[in-house]
Amino acid sequence: MEFALISLLNGVTYGLLLFMLSSGLTLIFSMMGILNFAHASFYMLGAYFAYQISAKIGFWPALLISPVLVGILGAVIERYGIRKAHRYGHVAELLFTFGLAFLAIEVVQLVWGKAAVDYRIPASLSGTWFTLFSSSFPVYKGFMMAVSVGMLVGLYALLTFTRIGLIVQAALSRPDMVQALGHDVPRIFTLVFGGGSALAAIAGVIGGNAFVTEPAMADALGPIVFVVVVVGGLGSLAGAFIASLLIGILQTFMVGTNYSLIDFARSVGIQLHSAPALARLSLTQLAAIMPYMLMVAILIFRPRGIMGARET
Amino acid sequence: MTAPALRLVDVSKSFGRTEIVRDVNLEVSRGERHAIIGPNGAGKSTLFNLISARFPVSSGRIELNGDDITSLRAFEINRRGLSRSFQITNIFHNLTVFDNVRCALLWSLGYRYSFWRRLSALADAGERADEVIQRIGLRRRRDTLASTLSYAEQRALEIGVTLAGGADVVLLDEPTAGMSRSETEEAVALIRRVSEGKTLVMVEHDMGVVFGLADRISVLVYGRIIATGTPAEIRANPAVQEAYLGTSRAHA
Amino acid sequence: MKPPPLLTARRLLMWGGYLALILLAPLLSRSGYWLSLLSQVAIMTVFALSFNMLLGQTGLLSFGHAVYYGLGAMITMHALIAVNQQVVPIPVTLLPLVGGLGGLVFGVLLGYVTTRRAGTTFAMISLGIGEMVAASSLMFPAFSGGEGGLSSNRVIGKGWFGITYGPQIQIYYLIALWGFACVVAMYALAHTPLGRIANAVRDNPERAEFIGYNPQVVRFLMVVLAGFFAGVAGGLTALNYEIVTSESLHAYTSGLVIMMAFVGGVGYFFGPILGALLITVLQMAVSSLTAAWLFYFGLLFLVVVLYAPGGVASVVVEHRRLWHAGVLGRLAPAYLLAALPVLLVGAGVVAVVETVYRLMKEDSARLRVLGFTLDASRGLFWVAVVAAIALGMLLLRKVARTVSDERHRAYATLRQERT
Repeated sequence: MEFALISLLNGVTYGLLLFMLSSGLTLIFSMMGILNFAHASFYMLGAYFAYQISAKIGFWPALLISPVLVGILGAVIERYGIRKAHRYGHVAELLFTFGLAFLAIEVVQLVWGKAAVDYRIPASLSGTWFTLFSSSFPVYKGFMMAVSVGMLVGLYALLTFTRIGLIVQAALSRPDMVQALGHDVPRIFTLVFGGGSALAAIAGVIGGNAFVTEPAMADALGPIVFVVVVVGGLGSLAGAFIASLLIGILQTFMVGTNYSLIDFARSVGIQLHSAPALARLSLTQLAAIMPYMLMVAILIFRPRGIMGARET
Repeated sequence: MTAPALRLVDVSKSFGRTEIVRDVNLEVSRGERHAIIGPNGAGKSTLFNLISARFPVSSGRIELNGDDITSLRAFEINRRGLSRSFQITNIFHNLTVFDNVRCALLWSLGYRYSFWRRLSALADAGERADEVIQRIGLRRRRDTLASTLSYAEQRALEIGVTLAGGADVVLLDEPTAGMSRSETEEAVALIRRVSEGKTLVMVEHDMGVVFGLADRISVLVYGRIIATGTPAEIRANPAVQEAYLGTSRAHA
Repeated sequence: MKPPPLLTARRLLMWGGYLALILLAPLLSRSGYWLSLLSQVAIMTVFALSFNMLLGQTGLLSFGHAVYYGLGAMITMHALIAVNQQVVPIPVTLLPLVGGLGGLVFGVLLGYVTTRRAGTTFAMISLGIGEMVAASSLMFPAFSGGEGGLSSNRVIGKGWFGITYGPQIQIYYLIALWGFACVVAMYALAHTPLGRIANAVRDNPERAEFIGYNPQVVRFLMVVLAGFFAGVAGGLTALNYEIVTSESLHAYTSGLVIMMAFVGGVGYFFGPILGALLITVLQMAVSSLTAAWLFYFGLLFLVVVLYAPGGVASVVVEHRRLWHAGVLGRLAPAYLLAALPVLLVGAGVVAVVETVYRLMKEDSARLRVLGFTLDASRGLFWVAVVAAIALGMLLLRKVARTVSDERHRAYATLRQERT
């Protein structure tokens, strides 16, 4: 019970972080048709920038400045790189962002080294928020949740109540129509790309110190974010939200459960002595591939994803 | 009595709540040249997309030579002998004219997915492709990339790709769209030549083409067929004049 | 009409020349370095071409192609271990085939899932499947060898006629001949009904359905066949290095093969061969010069994506055409003019990267080049470098126009001569 509650809270925190990444990716993907391979790189850059800034002037300014810098970087990359690659088609675009992701890791290694940097949770946010039975829940996890929920509400308000948000929503389903109505779609693209990058950077600022800030962080999270987008359904923010929470919670529970087929067999009264390797795998071990298995299952049984409206 | 080449029974299609095609019944007998006309947005192209399984029908049944093909996929229908062209040219842009046509007849010659045969050694495929290219008048452009052809040439290739596989029921979606007067005349001659002995269903806006080519005509208005008959019958039909020809007379 | 002959003089010359090249290349130098470079190039050629069966021929951008390569390598290694333990009697010469069959089997299993979708979604799914296989491989250390990898010995018994595959030269010839056979097979495959229909599906999957083909089946078959050739490449790697780690099926390896194929040029059959050669040479040459070689790789790749999306192959083909028309010479002045700003920008970037790297690594920002000392801790250095890059960029923009005008003019004459 205690384990379940704490795991649920941890899972939701992780899931919300995933959504901060996948929402930007979904917006960019559904509007522009670009699968941004470098999306997780912006997450990584957000963390590294925050590390550098908080070392100089503190965590709170970093929470603001880092996403702004990354957002501007994203906009510049869209304007001067992706738009150029776009002329050669989607494959070139995709490969361009793939090259960027590759380059980002090298740049980070060049500047900050190959080892993890010491990006810490600020003192004002460390400590225990509350204790449930014997497990404690840290303040910082609560803070992460608060920022994520704040972003969620902000994004929702932006998309629902502002003019630009409405155009973005329209462009999600019919980019050609929006252009036909005389809106400057390329500029909206730049804006959305920059905004999506900034969102990823916020996730990096608050996630980098909770987990670990290292060059491998982009590659570790990037594929999972793709899985979220496929599982949730292309072009669906709601689907991405559900998939983020689902994967976040499932993975957290699995990591905390050291239970294998052998244990299951034992619990029903069968002793397996020479069990195959598959039966000996614990759920903890399977947690790493759970998202991909979920993706395969979704592709076979529900190719549109949980909430997807479009097939491609 | 043999079954009609193509038969539609109560075919309907809705997108969301909008019904585009409503309870269409249509019979096209073998060897007939049938034209479907109607104002813009009447659902003509949608009807074609339903027959060729580009979209699934909402309700109703479609039969090809007496067999139910309603739930088949596009390639299965094509293998049973129904082929279609597209209003917006839909060819293989990075292949040569020759390869476009040759690809289109590989299945019907039984080569399927074979990866153990040398393509250039398949004499029958090469010869048939060259024949088709000759017939669509693109002999001089045989080894040109499809993307570099002129618009009229691409339209001819579109028809060539449609017919190469030897389908006996052919749907042509606005074969003369966007063509000049002289190009249209050439296209009509081409269609007449290549559709010899085949069942032809076409959607067409150019009334000269329609009345020149078709044995029978169906008029589609707001997704319903309001009349079917010979060109003379259609010309004389007051409902058609009201709904359709009346508006086009003003332009003429 | 008689079918054209299989062996024309032109083809004989081309393939004979290629075969002669790979057979005679080891004679150029006696160093072990040269031989291991040649072996690696031969393996990567097969791997890159198998990747291009998907991207170039079928229009499928796979981010997980290393899966078939890595699994092929592991399966070959298990076969080699079994042969060493005298469990199965397979001659070492034929072991790459085992890798190929392994790649084929996994192509069937994984291809069934990945080819359900095309386009960008395929790219995403191939990445996910790749990650899944890479993560799973570590869960089964008995199969993958875990962190340490699998290793075995390729020299078994006395061999025939002194061929034990002990010396590197012998294993090179094994690799080269397998590689040549694979290249020929893949070339032939591109010229079969399936190969051409794959092109059709790449260009226009929808229309392919309306000429009787199921695009999903076409994609599936191509993935399976590409899996076979990638598996052979993996098998050759296993024999070459006698060790296989799980890195061989990682995203990094998948990324490398994308770079090879794309930098070489995916639009031509021989493009990936050039790419495999170029990238492998760079990999071995540049990595010994600078620790930032992967950075330059990434940069080179981005430049190719943005400025030469047809890769080296299309640049070669274009210029060959101009040369045949006798107008290539006219471009020389423009190219020479462009060389200066390119050098300027290049030198600036290299100076920044190298000094920054030293600053971070060794805390001494000094770099000695050609007798000059660059010092990144001084403001003047940065002023100079930024000025060089900015000036170079500015000039490049100007020169780029001249170059493209000249090229257009050259092409115009080319077209005139043709008609």
